[in-house]
Amino acid sequence: MAFYRAHILVDTGTPAVLKGAMAVRSALVEEIKRNGLDKEIQVVETGDLGLPGAGPAIVVYPEGVTYANVTVADVAEIVEEHLLKGRQVQRLVYKGQTAAVITGAGDARSAEMRVILKNIGVIDPTSIEEYIAMGGYEALAKALTTMTPEAIVAEIKASGLKGRGGAGFPTGLKWEFAAKATGEIKYVVCNADEGEPGNFKDRLIMEGDPHQIIEGMVIAAFAVGARKGYVYIRGEYQQSVAHTERAIAVAREMGLLGSDIMGTGFDFDIEVFKGAGAYVCGEETALLESIEGRRGESQMKPPFPPVQGLMGQPTVINNVETLANVPHIIVKGAAWYNGIGTSQTRGTKIFSPCGDVQFPGVYEVPFGTTLREIIFGMAGGIKSGRKFKAVLIGGPAGELVGEESLDRRLCGEDLNPGAGALIVLDESKCIVDLMRNCAQFFYHESCGQCTPCREGTKRMLDIFNWWVAGAGSEDDIKLMDSLTSAMATASRCGLGQFAGVAFRSSLPLFMDEYVAHLRDKVCPNEVCSMDKVAQEVKIASC
Amino acid sequence: MGYISSEAMETVAAELGVPVSRVHGTATFYSLFYTKPQGKYIIRLCDSPPCHIEGSKDIRDAIAKAIGVEPGETTDDGNFTFEIVSCMGLCGVAPAVMINDDVYGNLTPEAIPSILGKYAACSCGCKEGC
Repeated sequence: MAFYRAHILVDTGTPAVLKGAMAVRSALVEEIKRNGLDKEIQVVETGDLGLPGAGPAIVVYPEGVTYANVTVADVAEIVEEHLLKGRQVQRLVYKGQTAAVITGAGDARSAEMRVILKNIGVIDPTSIEEYIAMGGYEALAKALTTMTPEAIVAEIKASGLKGRGGAGFPTGLKWEFAAKATGEIKYVVCNADEGEPGNFKDRLIMEGDPHQIIEGMVIAAFAVGARKGYVYIRGEYQQSVAHTERAIAVAREMGLLGSDIMGTGFDFDIEVFKGAGAYVCGEETALLESIEGRRGESQMKPPFPPVQGLMGQPTVINNVETLANVPHIIVKGAAWYNGIGTSQTRGTKIFSPCGDVQFPGVYEVPFGTTLREIIFGMAGGIKSGRKFKAVLIGGPAGELVGEESLDRRLCGEDLNPGAGALIVLDESKCIVDLMRNCAQFFYHESCGQCTPCREGTKRMLDIFNWWVAGAGSEDDIKLMDSLTSAMATASRCGLGQFAGVAFRSSLPLFMDEYVAHLRDKVCPNEVCSMDKVAQEVKIASC
Repeated sequence: MGYISSEAMETVAAELGVPVSRVHGTATFYSLFYTKPQGKYIIRLCDSPPCHIEGSKDIRDAIAKAIGVEPGETTDDGNFTFEIVSCMGLCGVAPAVMINDDVYGNLTPEAIPSILGKYAACSCGCKEGC
């Protein structure tokens, strides 16, 4: 293997490529060659660095300096100044939190703890060799050659790992149910149908380190006795599909997937299944319906998938991030994992602050980290000098909290993190407008199967439409309260059950704002139209 | 051809031995399946909360003005179909659109004409571009 004195990682995530990352990459290679440095410096394409808005970004190692918004015109300067003369090009240096800071010299103020994201922006996601060089597939070897399936389930149970898709069900327990269930063929399904607005962590894992998921799935399959796996990726995530499919093919070629894995006689293979655009397919039973070729409609539980899932067979369904935790637990042990996070919620969680923050992106922290540390520490606080107003945790199906909750901890025993979205609002935003928008989302995404959700989401949207048009009354609050509580009780799946959570949590915090809209017919932030006539025309026309 | 025609649905139903209504029900359930011809370029604008609070409404208006059609419609020359969609996981660069496979983020209304210009219909009127 050739030795290089410096490596330049080029962010080739979807947003960066569209802003010209590939041209920057070519220019770098060209310029380095022109300066006779091509034997000393290697240019590597990496996945999404998790720095949206900073692309195309490059990281120069060994210093770990990140340059943001690099254009072809900047390349000569970077090569001459930094690589030839050793002087950093200050005007391009990225000032936010970066992977380079975490993996490089380290920043004492950083509360980030990268376990799942440790390879993101560090390795080339299309190279299995680099994944292996970083300790990849060590867990698989350990599991297949030194552990029994029962011991693996016991280790995952002891670790306290819980589902990272939002529901937080104990993973070990799920595996145990599936392991004990009898079936002709069992399945392991990776839920990569990331659709809850504000979440983009799973995309980052698939684009930047897809082998982690494969390794987690094979270990899960060995533990429960599954022979076939699916990664259900939403159709919009084209690069995730490409990277995952490629990783599967390479792993199969190397005998890490397919028949007789690592010569142990264990057979398991994985196929990517592309979703076709339906939020509700993130619900596990709807996802299985979709793989079977039907409308993605949720099913009554029980039976639960570990007992009777895909094609009626025992099926483990885990989120991308959940599966990515598995190899680390197998290598380092449940005791190590128990030392991270809080007493009730172990491990790390990936958060994706977005909205009105200065540095949107993904940040991995131990459970128990406060909202303030993430929003004001890592994400750089509120942009454009405004004040913080509220944050929607997990997405539209999550809870809305205000300033009073900034020092609360994100974990099962305090603020439920959901899948990790933190949609941050500054003081100029209107809560009623946001709630109307959330209602619009649920109305559009309801599968229409059960009445409480189909009719309930429609009524919620109608009522919010009155409110933003100045046509509401204070009595409507009671109406909305009874509507959302009926939906929470009677809906078949989480979509309808959680559609009213954000509204209900926002009501006591922002009662003044609701009253202003309903009694005084005023939107204090001048966001809503409060135009009754226009709204009536709109309602009549649909 | 970019959409699933009635004939195609009938063929699928016959091959699988299921009613056409079931095939139609499945095809219309998913937002990435179309049952009518679409424009050469499909503009998908996200209006889920992260994009909404960052001003997707202004982007919506700018796109509608630039191509002369409202969401849910296709331009007369068949070049663009304009859609409002749910979250595409591009929240870090909100507000965002996808034009076919291309992603554009951190949009401002001012940026819209030049972005759409890259996808302008061929001046000769053909739909393939020449």
